[in-house]
Amino acid sequence: MDSVKGYVHSIQSLGTLDGPGVRFVVFLQGCNLRCGCCHNPDTWAMSGGTEYTAGQIVEKAVRYREYFGAEGGITISGGEPLLQAEFVQAVFALCHEKGINTCLDTSGSIWNDAVKAALQETDRVLLDIKYTSESQYRDYVGCSLQAPLDFLAYLNEQEIPVTLRQVTIPTLNDNEETILAFKAIAEKHSCVDKTELLPFRKICQVKYDKMGLKFRFAHLPEPTRDCMNELNRILSK
Amino acid sequence: MEHTNWNGFVKGVWQDEINVRDFIQTNYKEYTGDDSFLAEATPRTKNLMKKLQQLFALERQFGGVLDIDTATVSSLTSYSPGYLDKENELIVGLQTNRPLKRGVNPFGGMRMVKQACEAYGYKLSNKVEEEFRFRTTHNEGVYRAYTDEMRAARKCHVLTGLPDAYGRGRIIGDYRRVALYGVDKLIAEKQKDKKKLAEGVFTTEQVRLDEELYQQIAFLGYMKEMAQMYGYDISQPAANAREAIQWTYFAYLASIKEQNGAAMSLGRVSTFFDIYFERDIANGTLTEEGAQELMDDFVMKLRMARHLRTPEYNELFGGDPMWITEAVGGMGEDGRTLVTKSSFRMLNTLYTLGSSPEPNLTVLWSTSLPANFKKFCAKVSADTDSIQYENDDVMRPLYGDDYAIACCVSAMKIGKQMQFFGARCNLAKLMLIAINGGYDTSSKMHIGPQMPVMDVEKLDFDEVMARFDTYLAWMMHLYVNTMNVIHYMHDKYAYEKTQMALHDTDVHRFMAFGIAGLSVVADSLSAIKFANVRPIKNEDGFISEFETTGDFPKYGNDDDRVDLLAKDMTHRVITELRKTPAYRNAEHTLSVLTITSNVMYGKNTAATPDGRAAGAPFAPGANPMHNREENGALASLNSVAKLSYDDCRDGISNTFSITPEALGREEEERINNLVMILDGYFAKKAHHINVNVMNRETLMKAYEDPEAYPNLTIRVSGYAVNFHKLSKEQQREVISRTFHEAV
Repeated sequence: MDSVKGYVHSIQSLGTLDGPGVRFVVFLQGCNLRCGCCHNPDTWAMSGGTEYTAGQIVEKAVRYREYFGAEGGITISGGEPLLQAEFVQAVFALCHEKGINTCLDTSGSIWNDAVKAALQETDRVLLDIKYTSESQYRDYVGCSLQAPLDFLAYLNEQEIPVTLRQVTIPTLNDNEETILAFKAIAEKHSCVDKTELLPFRKICQVKYDKMGLKFRFAHLPEPTRDCMNELNRILSK
Repeated sequence: MEHTNWNGFVKGVWQDEINVRDFIQTNYKEYTGDDSFLAEATPRTKNLMKKLQQLFALERQFGGVLDIDTATVSSLTSYSPGYLDKENELIVGLQTNRPLKRGVNPFGGMRMVKQACEAYGYKLSNKVEEEFRFRTTHNEGVYRAYTDEMRAARKCHVLTGLPDAYGRGRIIGDYRRVALYGVDKLIAEKQKDKKKLAEGVFTTEQVRLDEELYQQIAFLGYMKEMAQMYGYDISQPAANAREAIQWTYFAYLASIKEQNGAAMSLGRVSTFFDIYFERDIANGTLTEEGAQELMDDFVMKLRMARHLRTPEYNELFGGDPMWITEAVGGMGEDGRTLVTKSSFRMLNTLYTLGSSPEPNLTVLWSTSLPANFKKFCAKVSADTDSIQYENDDVMRPLYGDDYAIACCVSAMKIGKQMQFFGARCNLAKLMLIAINGGYDTSSKMHIGPQMPVMDVEKLDFDEVMARFDTYLAWMMHLYVNTMNVIHYMHDKYAYEKTQMALHDTDVHRFMAFGIAGLSVVADSLSAIKFANVRPIKNEDGFISEFETTGDFPKYGNDDDRVDLLAKDMTHRVITELRKTPAYRNAEHTLSVLTITSNVMYGKNTAATPDGRAAGAPFAPGANPMHNREENGALASLNSVAKLSYDDCRDGISNTFSITPEALGREEEERINNLVMILDGYFAKKAHHINVNVMNRETLMKAYEDPEAYPNLTIRVSGYAVNFHKLSKEQQREVISRTFHEAV
């Protein structure tokens, strides 16, 4: 388990936005999707990244356990971490041996036995429901809406706590209809105990420019604070 | 002993001996609830504060100094009483006869006073110069004894900021004693000590102490006179909360009238006051509103304290600080928390009166503090950027539970320990002097042992370390000797009579040394060890630049390879220092702290092997060099936490800036996460942290338009400043520091 290898894009010793409490966040390299709103295009490529063994990652994470308290722990994000499900499983299992809470940030678009094994070691899943229509999923994500929904159904069956998230993108999903549909999905699954709307941000433009890539949503505005407040109000109603 | 003003207090040994700690322990009431009981500022407080804000604005318009009394030497009774608003003040007393007017204090040195007056368009009165013609100042005394080498070390800036021309400060009188016992009792105890001394052998030490006691007793008398001028008799114990605060403040005021020390810290008064508040509230003579009002008025007075400084001094200690450090919170030795409602009330002044750098509010953090108090601290930090935190769990075992902080990070038992302040040695420059065999390229001076310039294509780690050790041994011996001269002369010509009267006669002394540029040295040594560093010589044949190729671990990334180099360096320094005995058998201590002098130190230091350009600022205190941290905030904190408090007993300062977004999405999340960060950092045995929760953009706006941000407060290095009071150069450096951002 110690020696399972993974490819890491970067490590953030302080994460407060990806899971409860203070978290050590590992971003894995490689993604199967090409979301128009993606703010980490540098994690897309399936090659590259820094090679780590699961043991090395956990050795680092342990150095921060004093900051975790009852809520915090490790989060593995990406990229799409479940492309390296064996690695996720190994890291999480080692974390559990050390009493460190584990959290997985995923699109829910990968499904295989290794994913199931990884979920057995996952204390919480941060699951993106990026849009609530099949056509938008096809156009702006590159997979079917059914994939994360099936994934969510499995999490529900396994009773793994879920934070359901959506990036709010003006003109695409910043409307009452989407929010209500998003809310309905959350309510249908008892494993979802938290929902989050994340405002679309364009600060990543520099990354796209640097990589010579086109930022697909460059033309869209960031949501206003008022807009976010209104959508959050609808969501919590 | 009994006293009617003590009615209602629980009896204890504090009645029969001077023992404020025992009084606190037997009488205080811990508070574990939340902040909902707090009262807002009353209309009276608001009006008074408005008046004060107008004076602050005027002071800014006048270039930072509102007025100087150039004809009166500052002392306890030399000014007629001054008021902000006589009818409406609850706590009275000013340093001079008008608010924000500065006095002159030439006891430390005449030249500094003259220059300071001239810098603000004043001229020191001939009368004052005449009065001092046949008096020796501390500064004159020091220069009589300074050796050529000491002068050279000062001139080339390898030793800087030494208290040889102004008051040394860093001494905390136990100002509470005046409130609890009244001055007469304190005089009687000192007389007893003096009498007892006469029974022993009159060695040099004893004779000196005997004369000091004479002076202490005399100044306790002047303190009574000073209070009398304001219509108060402080010979007896305070009878209620208002008197307790007033008496304590008079004691502090007497000290800052007498001394212009760099740091004139307050101690630990909040929980002491709480006992009086509780008694008055219980007997129906005080309300919560009234208690906050008294605290507010007291803090307003502290915010008005000023000393006259030269522009050169401001370069070292930017922002006109007084370091009126008040230690809040902490745990008791018996496991009860020392947090009381008044710990909240003290922090609440940042809301009732607005954020401010003074008093320098310092929370003694323990992982065992009540959760509600932790949350309140984090909230106040996020709202005001005005609090620093120090590790009670690390300090309590060494100093007990009645210690306080002088200046930024210097712990001592209140009334039982004092320190000889020693500024700092520029460790990065020393490294360059070592490599150049006793030559400083920035000042073009030969200094220290003379040996050949290191003549190699690539610097070798072991060879550099061997050189470094030779120069460390030389430097630290010289440093101790220099300090011995300074403090001998300060005791002789500018002894702190008021503050030492508020200490036990038998006092323990520390001699506090310091280093600057630790992260530069650690990264440079790491570069030499793990990358290729080629020294480049200038036309004079001395190494003035370096070509560094290849990657190397950098301090601030939780990488032991370099972090332990930093830790090891502090150990080498303190070990060398201890080899030379200190004046009055003082105990050697070491701090890693720069105040704002990191800018000036950098300016006077040539290029270093870590890639830092000549003249570029150092990181402040024990901070990693900015923007070399690649693994986020906690990795940076972990690196600093590795420095050992055992080696650095005078404190390890770390300044931490984080954007609100990086702490979490909602306010409650941010507060909880900040609590977790503090708990984690201190559980790793780190010593100190300044917390700023802000965006760089705010500072950039304030840089462009200072008038629009008159109260913007930021923690810099062991203290806080009004941003606008920093020099433009210091402001730029603060802006360039790492802000930990959301990713």
